[in-house]
Amino acid sequence: MGLFDLALTNLVSPPILFFALGLVAALIRSDLAVPEAVAKSLSIFLIMAIGFKGGVEMASASLSDAAMAIGAGILISFALPFISFGLLRATSRTGRVDAAAIAAHYGSISIVTFIAASDAGNAMGLAAAGFMVAVAAAMEAPAIFSGLILAGKQEGQSDRELFREVAVNGSIVLLVGAFLIGWATGETGREVVEPLFYDVFRGVLCIFLLDMGLVAGRGLVRQAGALQWPVILHGLYMPVIGASLGLFIAWIIGLAPGTGALLMTLSASASYIAVPAAMRLALPKAKPAVALTLSLGVTFPFNLVFGIPIYFAIARAVLG
Amino acid sequence: METTTKKRLEIVIEAPVLERLTRKLDALKLSGYTVMPAVSGRGRNGSWSRKGEISDSQRMFVLFAVLDEAALAKVLDEVYALVSSQIGIVTVSDVEVVRAERF
Repeated sequence: MGLFDLALTNLVSPPILFFALGLVAALIRSDLAVPEAVAKSLSIFLIMAIGFKGGVEMASASLSDAAMAIGAGILISFALPFISFGLLRATSRTGRVDAAAIAAHYGSISIVTFIAASDAGNAMGLAAAGFMVAVAAAMEAPAIFSGLILAGKQEGQSDRELFREVAVNGSIVLLVGAFLIGWATGETGREVVEPLFYDVFRGVLCIFLLDMGLVAGRGLVRQAGALQWPVILHGLYMPVIGASLGLFIAWIIGLAPGTGALLMTLSASASYIAVPAAMRLALPKAKPAVALTLSLGVTFPFNLVFGIPIYFAIARAVLG
Repeated sequence: METTTKKRLEIVIEAPVLERLTRKLDALKLSGYTVMPAVSGRGRNGSWSRKGEISDSQRMFVLFAVLDEAALAKVLDEVYALVSSQIGIVTVSDVEVVRAERF
């Protein structure tokens, strides 16, 4: 399957089409909405399912490979904000604290992009190693500390309190917990939860991505005027830079194509759940709408629609 | 019915900071407070809405407490130290309460 075919397969898959539907509905200001409690429940389901599946697959993975990939993920997450910060400061008039906050978003990851990429990889026959779930969890937090370094010491800031709050973030606790449960129960556990976590997974992903389309579109409608063009462009070229770094590291440590493509996707994605909340605590003077609109309204759709098939095609060509 | 004048402290605060604020109020041994979710609004950082937000970072809450004037200055100092850089509003107003011994 060539790049064009991969892109087409991704574009016409139901999850992506439902995401596009949500985006269009928000842009034309439709009153379509997924109730808040439903969206929250769906995100819990998806994180549980992906964590559990990763854990089950750990049985056939090498622990040393997993440790190397986790280490690589942490390194990438820590390094990317420095690149993002430097480029933002060089190309736009973004202030130091705002640039540091945006940069932290780009070092961390989007778990929904990861879930969509895992699903797309399976559909393309390029399944990834189960330990990538642990890599995703490990890549959530390091960028926050890079962001704090880049912003400089802030008045009244408690790094210890912040670290505790980030470490016990609900999605990280659930992802790691479900991963460990999947790992501990293995194939027996898989048989027990198969109807829920495996059979209906893609259908639930469709509903959740419909909601994500609505959220991304409404954020764009509300805040698009607040973004300068160099900043919008940052949201488009940073995933490419992140994915390139992810590819390079995947090649160095010898990851398989499907696993490498997921590392590229994680490196290309930007956070819109854990990091925005952490930045409100750590860098309250940063404008929250700019970073969130950029990661959710620009980078997330880019990765979902164009990035994922490109990353898989390149990973297959380079790492295959 | 007899009423007594007390102070009502109202704080509109960002969701990520709420837990820190309530921990601080607990440490100050406030007799009580109430937290309610805010639905939407507009301020210096533009408009926001609870509807369709995936991150807590864009959610706001309203906390209010009724307290004695003698305790107000210390509580305000502590609250200000926490929220001075955050998005939000802090107001103090006079209120009449029944069962004054509870505040």
